[in-house]
Amino acid sequence: MPNSRKFKIPIGPQHPALKEPEGFSIALLGEKILGLDIRLGYNHRGVEKACEERSYIQAMYLVERVCGICSHAHSTCFIQAVEEIGAIQVPKRAQYIRTIIAELERIHSHLLWLGVAGHEIGFDTLLMYTWRDREVVMDLLALISGNRVNYGMNTFGGVRRDITPGHVAEILKGMDILEERTKYYVEVATQESTIIKRLSGVGVLTLKDALALDAVGPTSRASGVDRDVRRDDPYAAYSEVKFDVITDDHCDVYGRVIVRVKELMEAYKIVRQCCQQMPEGPLTVKVPRKIPAGEAISRYEAPRGEDVHYVKSNGGEKPERVKIRAPTLANVQAVKCMLKDGQLADMPIVVAAIDPCFSCTDRLISIAEPRKDKRVMRWDELRDHGIAWHRARGIDMDGLNLKFRKMLERV
Amino acid sequence: MVAALFAILIFPGLLFLLTSGLVFEFIDRKTYARLQNRVGPPWFQPLADIIKLLAKADVIPSAANPKMFGLAPLFAFTAAATAFFYIPLWKGQSLFAFEGDIIMVLYLLTIPTLAFFIGGWYSTSLFARLGSVRAVTQLFAYEVPLFMSILAAALLADSWSLEKIALFYAHHPLYCLFNVVGFMVAMVAMLGKLEKVPFDIPEAETEIVAGAFTEYSGRLLALLRLTVDTEMVVCAALLVAVFFPFGLTLPPVLGFIVFLAELLIEVLALSLLRTVVARLRIDQMVEFCWKWLVPMSLFQLVLNLVLKGMLT
Repeated sequence: MPNSRKFKIPIGPQHPALKEPEGFSIALLGEKILGLDIRLGYNHRGVEKACEERSYIQAMYLVERVCGICSHAHSTCFIQAVEEIGAIQVPKRAQYIRTIIAELERIHSHLLWLGVAGHEIGFDTLLMYTWRDREVVMDLLALISGNRVNYGMNTFGGVRRDITPGHVAEILKGMDILEERTKYYVEVATQESTIIKRLSGVGVLTLKDALALDAVGPTSRASGVDRDVRRDDPYAAYSEVKFDVITDDHCDVYGRVIVRVKELMEAYKIVRQCCQQMPEGPLTVKVPRKIPAGEAISRYEAPRGEDVHYVKSNGGEKPERVKIRAPTLANVQAVKCMLKDGQLADMPIVVAAIDPCFSCTDRLISIAEPRKDKRVMRWDELRDHGIAWHRARGIDMDGLNLKFRKMLERV
Repeated sequence: MVAALFAILIFPGLLFLLTSGLVFEFIDRKTYARLQNRVGPPWFQPLADIIKLLAKADVIPSAANPKMFGLAPLFAFTAAATAFFYIPLWKGQSLFAFEGDIIMVLYLLTIPTLAFFIGGWYSTSLFARLGSVRAVTQLFAYEVPLFMSILAAALLADSWSLEKIALFYAHHPLYCLFNVVGFMVAMVAMLGKLEKVPFDIPEAETEIVAGAFTEYSGRLLALLRLTVDTEMVVCAALLVAVFFPFGLTLPPVLGFIVFLAELLIEVLALSLLRTVVARLRIDQMVEFCWKWLVPMSLFQLVLNLVLKGMLT
């Protein structure tokens, strides 16, 4: 490094700015970013394959654990696909309850994000305040579902728990508190000069780029893309509530803050409407154990953007194929574009601004192109290579193999 | 001899300095926590941190230059502690004094930053090197307004000795009011020197881990932590001595209490400042210093020149 001003700095897989292991290799010229290399895949858990090995109901619980923050998003998205294949009509009340949980989840996710964003720009006070307020909604979720993270509310054909009038009163009380606090954050975000200085003009993603790179959720809406699955392709009870799709044309991180903070206000509106309009009725309908053959794609507006699940059934007890595309996968490519000609100091906040959830994203299997120093081997080639490698070091298994073969023949 | 050693090692020397450093670190952390709606650490936390670090192994990276790596924290601490001896605390008399010592104190207070730079640079880690380069870049931005605002006050007092400056303002308290702009500039520049939010750019943890301190561990890190604490007390004491040394004319014990109270106000103000702002980028920091702080300190300098002509 001393001889040249250009150098590469690794952010991740282990780094204080990242909450999950993820690799960013940044080429720097002084403080300026020349290029960026993103490496996904440190968190691959094989969720899709695991789903195919389990029954539908087991798979649903597994899918809920795809993400620790938008767990309801994934499980709802998955069961919507299954319900579509099975032509199951979900009762109205269950749809309203799903909507309420979905919006409470959005509130907790956005508040969490606001805190993380504050931390990334060294404004820890904002982190402490938003996370304190986030407890209000976490408590509500725990009150309703018994859990703070994986709510376990969904089941095929409805929901497992009811929202009682007592819960409704608590929810409305919580919404009032949060609305007041959120108004304060709007004030802070729009008036505190160091925040504005740090966020505006940073991580610019133009409308054209947002469309070309297919960004989703608040990331795209902050670039002026007027797209929201809740309005465009309503699911659950969204067709029956009134809300605005928030867009912003700042195109930078500041715009993303504004969109998320305003979306919080919309979420309070939706929760209130759902609480008032929720009809009486059953929570579930009976669902057969076997889902008929067929396939379906389900879309869901998760807090981070559009979540897509594909389920294929062959009529058995287990899904034949499950494909999950988490919103972060759609957004992560945009980071490269946002960081072009940026400053190193902006890197954490720009990455954080897409609200990344890498472990949700990491389920791709990619076969890398062989590089010059590497070659792809087939299994038998690898075996031959291994035998030759050991033989060259004086370890010969041939005698042992013969012995085994003889033993097997005797048996 | 014994008296001098007592003064240097115990009171008001090293021991007092270290104790007050740890106490003010606690006050700073507790205030910061309470303002953020957190509980905050117990009173012994800073000391416990130091003891824990002292018990840990020193890991020196194999690629680092062990001599420079080990010496840098020592240099930093010595310089910060030495500066303290020249600051008049409450009796109207500092431990050592000579005409022109204000320059030396400012110079000694620059050394820790340079030592951090050297330590970070010789630890050869990328994060440490970036952090140390940032520390020096920042130095060039805040040092000029800091010097100008402090020297402007010295100009009005017509002396280059800290002791005489302090005594002058102690006897003419109203003159302090002229230096309000300079004081504000010095406060903000001090945030840069102490590497606190919004100027904690050299150790921005979300970008470059811990900056120049990244590779330090064990006793060396403990020494660095002590340096930072000491620096805070010395800087606060310097500001008190130059801008509002009201305790100097009072009887010893009362004067000491007033001095501590002023120090406390300084530290509280620093914690409050770092609670309400976000971290700036290095380019924004440099721009801010040259666009706002330097003109403000220049204004102070000119004002004091004019005042001096008018009043004497």
